[in-house]
Amino acid sequence: MNDRRYSTTELMASVASRILEDKKSVFVGTGLPMIAALLAQRLHAPNLLIVFESGGIGPQIPTLPISVGDSRTFHRAVMATTMDYVMSLGQMGYYDFGFLGAAQIDKYGNINTTVIGDWEKPKVRLPGSGGGNDVGSFCRKTIIIMRQDKKRFVEEVDFVTTPGYLKGSESRYKAGLPRGSGPYRVITQLGVYGFNSNGEMTLVSTHPGVSIDDVIENSEFEISIPKKVESTAEPTEEELRLLREEIDPAGIVIGKRK
Amino acid sequence: MDPMQEGEAPLLAWEDPDEHREWISKEKSKELYDKTSTVREVVKRYLRDGDYIAFGGFGHIRIPMALIYEIIRQGKKDLVMACKTAVHDSDLLIASGCVKKVEVAYAFGHELRGLSPASRRKAERGEVEVVSEWSNWAFQLRFKAAAMGLPWLPTRVMLGSDTLRKSSAKVIEDPYTGKPICLIPACYPDFVAIHVHRADIYGNAQIDGILVEDFELARAAKRLIITTEKIVDHEEIRREPWRTSIPYFLVDAVVEVPYCSHPCNMPYLYYFDEEHISEWLRLSKTDDGVREYLDKYVYGVEDFDEYLDLIGGQKKLNYLRKLEELRAPLKAPWAR
Repeated sequence: MNDRRYSTTELMASVASRILEDKKSVFVGTGLPMIAALLAQRLHAPNLLIVFESGGIGPQIPTLPISVGDSRTFHRAVMATTMDYVMSLGQMGYYDFGFLGAAQIDKYGNINTTVIGDWEKPKVRLPGSGGGNDVGSFCRKTIIIMRQDKKRFVEEVDFVTTPGYLKGSESRYKAGLPRGSGPYRVITQLGVYGFNSNGEMTLVSTHPGVSIDDVIENSEFEISIPKKVESTAEPTEEELRLLREEIDPAGIVIGKRK
Repeated sequence: MDPMQEGEAPLLAWEDPDEHREWISKEKSKELYDKTSTVREVVKRYLRDGDYIAFGGFGHIRIPMALIYEIIRQGKKDLVMACKTAVHDSDLLIASGCVKKVEVAYAFGHELRGLSPASRRKAERGEVEVVSEWSNWAFQLRFKAAAMGLPWLPTRVMLGSDTLRKSSAKVIEDPYTGKPICLIPACYPDFVAIHVHRADIYGNAQIDGILVEDFELARAAKRLIITTEKIVDHEEIRREPWRTSIPYFLVDAVVEVPYCSHPCNMPYLYYFDEEHISEWLRLSKTDDGVREYLDKYVYGVEDFDEYLDLIGGQKKLNYLRKLEELRAPLKAPWAR
């Protein structure tokens, strides 16, 4: 998409930010989720409450944090506390939105961030759950941001680091996870996906210039395609200005990917 | 009550709360006495090969780097590390060969900077053994259970995942709701070091900003070392006792080390030294590079003061303070 006036990363940030609602809470990591939350706060969601796993509640973030625990994550916050405090709030049901990244995802939104290959003899060792399993267990609506291809959208993830809808239908709740929680949207470089009542991934929109065939070709599992598929709205000039000039002027996330 | 599910991992650093009560009665004095020491002395005296270790802070925020360098310098080995959000701390200790086994909530990564080449390579070669998987909160609940004098704590995270399957947690039917609930076993690390903003000579310690897991970890520790930016007068603690998050009787030794968290962040005092971290990430792509880094910054210096001169001295430290105070722009060499 090099000929466009925005990059795919900027488009994904814009898409993610529009999902977030005013007067709701979001449990964020750094990187794209952070950028999406900051963008939402500057536009349609000034009262979006941002919470970080390391203990920052309601910060006014001055510049993009490098870590989900660095000093920027509780700059001018309403509270700087413990991880246990913020995680407990999540388990209680205080978080409307949560963000996750993923190395692999299956059609039920189960996520792998632990290993590629066997756990005992991994081909690639990834960082593990971090707060991911916590976010995916208790946030009401989890938004997953990741790259999409056949190695990442897989029939079966190598390791269920974070539970999605497990094996579909009631299985998530039968495992003991809270009702009214789980994956809500998946945002990739190709499109936006949701989940049906059986917990299976369905296409919501394709990004400008992306066909439904592109979506199908870049997934090992079958994505349910509804009759009407929208085209993802493009980022506005104002969104792009905010992203480039105010939110990530150093280009740490926005400038990093094409 | 029979468990519905049991994680496959061996249970490490757990003990019957009654055993830990014995430890406390024998080892934790309530006397106010001068506990000041040096990094060299505390590592020599309190850390044994094979110990189960954990560090305060958040992997690259408020971590006791001076002590971590000293562990490497003294060639400690076969350590088992609680990687409860471990970042730069575990990367160096795994890369240097001090840590042989890890329990992982987060390791092998540098957050926005990407994966950690050295420790990841060790894991993929089987040179460091991953014993178990946890979520961040689950790991903290292990310390919290210990800090409450309980064998375990219940939670609703980890359920339904392979993370649980590869942990040492168990699932039972909750007798109140009838729903499955996950039991997280306590964890009592042998050796814990927590870096703080200020402490007195007795070990009363104050942290500015987020506490992350340290409120619980301090109580779970069998041996607790406090490294502090500054030793303050005991009266300063007494004047504002609500700022104390770690009381003296939990603490075995206190070491004053200004800039101890370098190259990592110390909230309100100094931000990340991205130039230095980039040097590590670049060199640690190869085993030779790891050796080069350690030769230069760990084995090649007498102490932490000499190290601070080497990384750029007062000029660099002033810049990191400005950066923390948002008075200088961040340059991230890895963001290309």
